[in-house]
Amino acid sequence: MSMVPTLLSVEGLTKSYGGVHAVRGVSFELRSGEILALIGPNGAGKSTCFNVLNGQIIPDAGRVRLLGEDITGKKPRAIWRMGVGRTFQITATFPTMTVRENVQVALVSYGQHLFNLCASTANHARDEAGRLLDLVGMGAYAERPCGELAYGDLKRLELAIALANRPKLLLMDEPTAGMAPRERIELMRLTARIAREQSIGVLFTEHDMDVVFEHSDRILVLNRGTLIAEGSPEEVRGNAQVRSVYLGEGLVYDARHREGASA
Amino acid sequence: MAFYVVQFLTGLASAASLFLVASGLSIIFGVTRIVNFAHGAFYMLGAYAAFTLTERLGGALGFWGGVVVAALIVAAIGVLVEMLLLRRIYHAPELFQLLATFGLTLMVEDLVVLIWGPDDLVGRRAPGFRGAIDFFGQNIPSYDLFLIVMGPLVLGILWLLFQRTRWGVLVRAATQDRDMVAALGVNQKWLFTSVFALGVFLAALGGALQIPRDAVNHAMDLRVIVEVFVVVVIGGLGSITGAFVAAVLVSELNAFGILIFPKISIILVFLVMAVVLIVRPWGLFGKPEAPARRTPGLTVNPWRPLTANERFAAIAALVIAAALPLFAGNYALTVGSEIAIFVIFAVSLHFLMSVGGLASFGHAAYFGLGAYGVALLAKMAGLPMIACLLLGPLLGLLGAAVFGFFAVQLSGVYFAMLTLAFAQIVWSIAFQWVSVTGGDNGILGVWPEKWAASPSHFYWLSLGIAALAVVILRIMVFSPFGFALRATRDSPLRSEAIGINGKRVQWTAFVIAGTVAGLAGALFAYLKGSVFPDNMGISLSVDALVMVLLGGVETVSGAVIGAVVYKALNIWLVSQTELSKLVLGAFVVLIVVAFPKGIVGTLEAFMHRRRKSSSSTSSLVTSRIETAE
Repeated sequence: MSMVPTLLSVEGLTKSYGGVHAVRGVSFELRSGEILALIGPNGAGKSTCFNVLNGQIIPDAGRVRLLGEDITGKKPRAIWRMGVGRTFQITATFPTMTVRENVQVALVSYGQHLFNLCASTANHARDEAGRLLDLVGMGAYAERPCGELAYGDLKRLELAIALANRPKLLLMDEPTAGMAPRERIELMRLTARIAREQSIGVLFTEHDMDVVFEHSDRILVLNRGTLIAEGSPEEVRGNAQVRSVYLGEGLVYDARHREGASA
Repeated sequence: MAFYVVQFLTGLASAASLFLVASGLSIIFGVTRIVNFAHGAFYMLGAYAAFTLTERLGGALGFWGGVVVAALIVAAIGVLVEMLLLRRIYHAPELFQLLATFGLTLMVEDLVVLIWGPDDLVGRRAPGFRGAIDFFGQNIPSYDLFLIVMGPLVLGILWLLFQRTRWGVLVRAATQDRDMVAALGVNQKWLFTSVFALGVFLAALGGALQIPRDAVNHAMDLRVIVEVFVVVVIGGLGSITGAFVAAVLVSELNAFGILIFPKISIILVFLVMAVVLIVRPWGLFGKPEAPARRTPGLTVNPWRPLTANERFAAIAALVIAAALPLFAGNYALTVGSEIAIFVIFAVSLHFLMSVGGLASFGHAAYFGLGAYGVALLAKMAGLPMIACLLLGPLLGLLGAAVFGFFAVQLSGVYFAMLTLAFAQIVWSIAFQWVSVTGGDNGILGVWPEKWAASPSHFYWLSLGIAALAVVILRIMVFSPFGFALRATRDSPLRSEAIGINGKRVQWTAFVIAGTVAGLAGALFAYLKGSVFPDNMGISLSVDALVMVLLGGVETVSGAVIGAVVYKALNIWLVSQTELSKLVLGAFVVLIVVAFPKGIVGTLEAFMHRRRKSSSSTSSLVTSRIETAE
């Protein structure tokens, strides 16, 4: 693994809101093709961390680097242009367009054609849009109005949109929130497959521990704004401090318990 | 020195009424999320009612009692309006709420003339405050001093009302989260009604207290509403303290602006507003608004280019329109030219409003700028007609570039208020800068050259340019830029996350819309042979909004139909009745409440349903297959 270059490096990230430290001195790294989960109880600082990475919040201190280049404090659209795709906790798509047009808009933007006033968009990167939709299993829905899609399909469409700029890094904020259990597994398998095939680094936050422990290569645990554990799913599972943090919320992840439940 | 102190005190006195009206607007917005365009109308009604009551009832008690009773009567009218109209549209998109209350304003303007007549009415002096106080040789009316005390007094009473009473607590809670307050078992209906009554009472009181200072007239509603919009944009919508501070600021700027720029004093206020918007887009005391909720009833049928049949129908319609000079007389051709010009104007606003999601309430500014551009070029520079038609709209482009830059920093109701305020500023420049624009007398003698002078030739010219404008804007709708613009409208969050600079896209759209509107204005100047400040007035902006709405705000080119129907109706109506504003206002309210999809939108929905029912069996099967997959 050490041969793979560092894709994202975060150093000493700090952000406070009027005396409350939302995030304090958080540092971590992410390599290409790696799937990294960011977990922690409510109020741990996951969202703050996440929003600093995608440019929605400017941190008080600390640096975020993408392939060595400083992206701290850049606007979300600038960060996107550097190769960072993202999906939202509550899906954000364009409801008045068809599924294909949703992806085409992203491709128009990627090709820097936003201010083209006379070409027809219908034929713009039509095949490329179709290819992306096929990739996420939405090819059959291409001509459907986006406003009619079921929630799980919207999540997959969002993934296709997020892949339009051929990202090096994918940021997914609670990718499976609001989905049925089977859909969750399918979406995460799909994400993992795409990430491996195209060696995209994935950082995601998640509340569902099944999803986290099954689909991530590494896990970061935040509590009260600081990183309390980092490691493979097995290491984190065995970490006493992590257990105590989650015990406070009345939730303990226990492998034996889960095996018993599924048997 | 004494002069400046007196000027300062005069400003403070003017601030009192402005604060009352603005705070009412803010309170209503805070709870109901409706920006009440009719607030100026209630202010005016308050003044008229107080005039009648104080004339009828004599003595000091009659005066002060009359003022209070007038405000109470108007508040009761406000309650009726809330129960009969607003309750039906609380869940409608913002645009419809703005338009409905705007329609109300139009109706009140005609009603007031009907009841009280068109002349200015000079009210009584306030008993006990008739004289003036000598201040180092300068006179200050003692009534001004009364008003200076009145402003902070009302602020204090409102503060106590909101902090110390149970009702106030409920209002503050509803301002933060009205759904939660409803979930806690508070009767939301009556809370909304009572809040609206208080807001209207404050507006009417503001109007009533003005009668010893100013003559009462039927144009005071628009004057005050524009100032109030400027106040709430600066102070922050929803904040009473903000309304007070901004009212004082704006009044002082007006008082001293006259000394610095005697001709165009409004410039100073505009500059301050621009600075505030750049530094604090939500006003000095305001909070950023949460993104507008997804408008229910928003079409999910994606737009598509015309089919071969539809294209054929459109060309056929154009050919028939072009054949009009073969059988119609000169009057009909002049009307036809005017309709064609308003098609251009309407599609330009439609582009901004439907494609961009930016409802401009001051689109006439760019129409008027185009008209003045032509008039100035033709009269002063003596350029030929073709050159004027090409260069005149550039003034509209310039205006749209400057104002649009600030306007697109905001969205929703703030955008609507700001565009209206900008249009009013442009209007007052045209009105006040007599040496260049001719002021109220306008610029006369802008006639087309020989080749376009005959009614049929001018009609063909207008029709040709209108067809061109419609085609070009349609191409833009389906161009990558059009998609970027719709993306920004649909989801600002997502479009930013795919690298779209939303503000720049919207600004470009604003400039395009302003330029096309300027082109319409340029043609209009030649059609009428003259330009007047009314070519950029509020009623023209409203005309454009109604045309778009009538055609269907969710359609690609509904504005074309909307413009033809509305303009034809309007020209006919003006020839039939003196009370065109009353009918027009009622018409606007009716569309909003009963007919929100417009002509083309309703037609499309009908066609869509028919197509769906005929193919429902096959689509059911495919959807089953897709689900199984």
